[in-house]
Amino acid sequence: MRRLLAGVAGLATAVLVWEGYKAVGAPEGTVVFGVRVLPRADDLSMPHLWTVLRRLAGPEMTGGRPVWLVVLDACLFTLGITAAGFLAGTVIGLVLATAMQRFRIVERGLLPYVVLSQTVPLVALAPLIAGWGGTLMPPWATVAVIAAYLAFFPVAVGMLRGLQSPSASGVELMRSYAAGWWRTLVKLRFPAALPYLFPALRLAGAAAVVGAVVGEISTGTRGGIGRLIIEYSREATSDPAKVYTAMLGAALLGLLVAGLVSLLELPLMRHRRHVEVVTL
Amino acid sequence: MSAPANSDPDVVPTSGPADTASVVVGNVTKIFNQGRSDEVPALSDVDLTVGSGEFVSLIGPSGCGKSTLLRLIADLIEPTSGTVTVAGRPAAQARREQEYGIAFQQAGLLEWRTVRRNVELPLELRGVGRAERRARAEEMLELVGLADFAGHYPGQLSGGMQQRVAIARALAVQPPLLLMDEPFGALDEMTRERLQSELLGICAKTGTSTVFVTHSISEAVFLSDRVVVMSARPGRIRASIAVELPSRDEAGRQAPVYFEKITEVRQALRS
Repeated sequence: MRRLLAGVAGLATAVLVWEGYKAVGAPEGTVVFGVRVLPRADDLSMPHLWTVLRRLAGPEMTGGRPVWLVVLDACLFTLGITAAGFLAGTVIGLVLATAMQRFRIVERGLLPYVVLSQTVPLVALAPLIAGWGGTLMPPWATVAVIAAYLAFFPVAVGMLRGLQSPSASGVELMRSYAAGWWRTLVKLRFPAALPYLFPALRLAGAAAVVGAVVGEISTGTRGGIGRLIIEYSREATSDPAKVYTAMLGAALLGLLVAGLVSLLELPLMRHRRHVEVVTL
Repeated sequence: MSAPANSDPDVVPTSGPADTASVVVGNVTKIFNQGRSDEVPALSDVDLTVGSGEFVSLIGPSGCGKSTLLRLIADLIEPTSGTVTVAGRPAAQARREQEYGIAFQQAGLLEWRTVRRNVELPLELRGVGRAERRARAEEMLELVGLADFAGHYPGQLSGGMQQRVAIARALAVQPPLLLMDEPFGALDEMTRERLQSELLGICAKTGTSTVFVTHSISEAVFLSDRVVVMSARPGRIRASIAVELPSRDEAGRQAPVYFEKITEVRQALRS
């Protein structure tokens, strides 16, 4: 209930900031010494929120489907790509983290490249991966590859940290039970890593959405919300509210993915909910 | 790994009907980081025999290698030279066959498991069936007086209760040998005394041999059949003091022999 109220309050604040700035900001923006320090507040740059909502209900083109339906369709398409990328990225991240935990030499050799992988600009990488579309895999899958490329990183790093988190005495205890590496992993390291894994998964979910949206744009894949943002932005001068409907869709998609990921936590973190201490 | 021939007459052979020793440490030396500039000699020429059912305390100043000695017996580390035999077998084999249970200063419970499932862990790893596991865990929790808390998570318990769970876990496989590394070190005096009595009761009931590391003289004297006093750098055994209290209860703590032994151990530590 509190969380719901907090959510509503957050939303209300965002609405107030948007409309508030629009009410007081200069329509041409504020320019100091030739540098624009505050954005334009005219209807072309910042349409009223109710204009955006009304646009959502209106048809995409004259006589076409309503915009909200088109945006919803595009979001579902991108959600599918995000899910595929998130799953693939998570699996790759988990495998890499486990390999790095198991073999010190793999950690030393691989970890710098894992970090390096995220400094390669996505725009440089995307055309390369887009080239696989149609031959190696369907075009949508190339976008999922880009999403996975961004999503695996937080999982690999967070999970490695988690797998290394058990204390020396915990590891010694498992050794005293004559448990080998695999059983130590299953009984001790993996459960101990969960508090590290979940925040990593949330980051990976967000990264997968960004990867999917940007991937759609840079590979030119049709049908998703990223593509829709580009298409609608071309009409920004004549129909400024339209591009905001697509952006709203992308934002809601991000929230949905974050929500779904945090649902994963519930069944696995039961012990975290018990806090009251009994003394005897 | 087989125990090499040893001419020391005190060392009980690795097999044979006369084998009553629970632990035999023969001429053990342990050097950490051997051959490097930060080389640390932890133990030097240590001989120790723990009889079946005997309660032996290791006491000494910090850094005297008492924990190292316990870890050697547990085969958590390997000796640089010498042999460690547990229940007539090399330590590594004894560890694999889970001849001992171990408890550390930190309870080290798995916070995502309930108390019962923590106690079940060693049984689980041994492949004991679900029903038997549960029965055994409840029995052990009964023994340490925590039967009502089986469904709680470790985070809900006080430090003393967690330590009792750790002891129940160490006892769950009903090991012939119990290794304890300052298990009561982090507890307040009252809890400590109660757990000492509980531990003695458990050992008497189950006939377990115990090696107990502590740096409390009174604790060592109260609990032990024998107090082994160690000196530091490198760790050596300085004295082995047999203790025979009339009884191990409140009367025992008041007995003259209790205070005599405390003085004796203190003098051995100081010399």
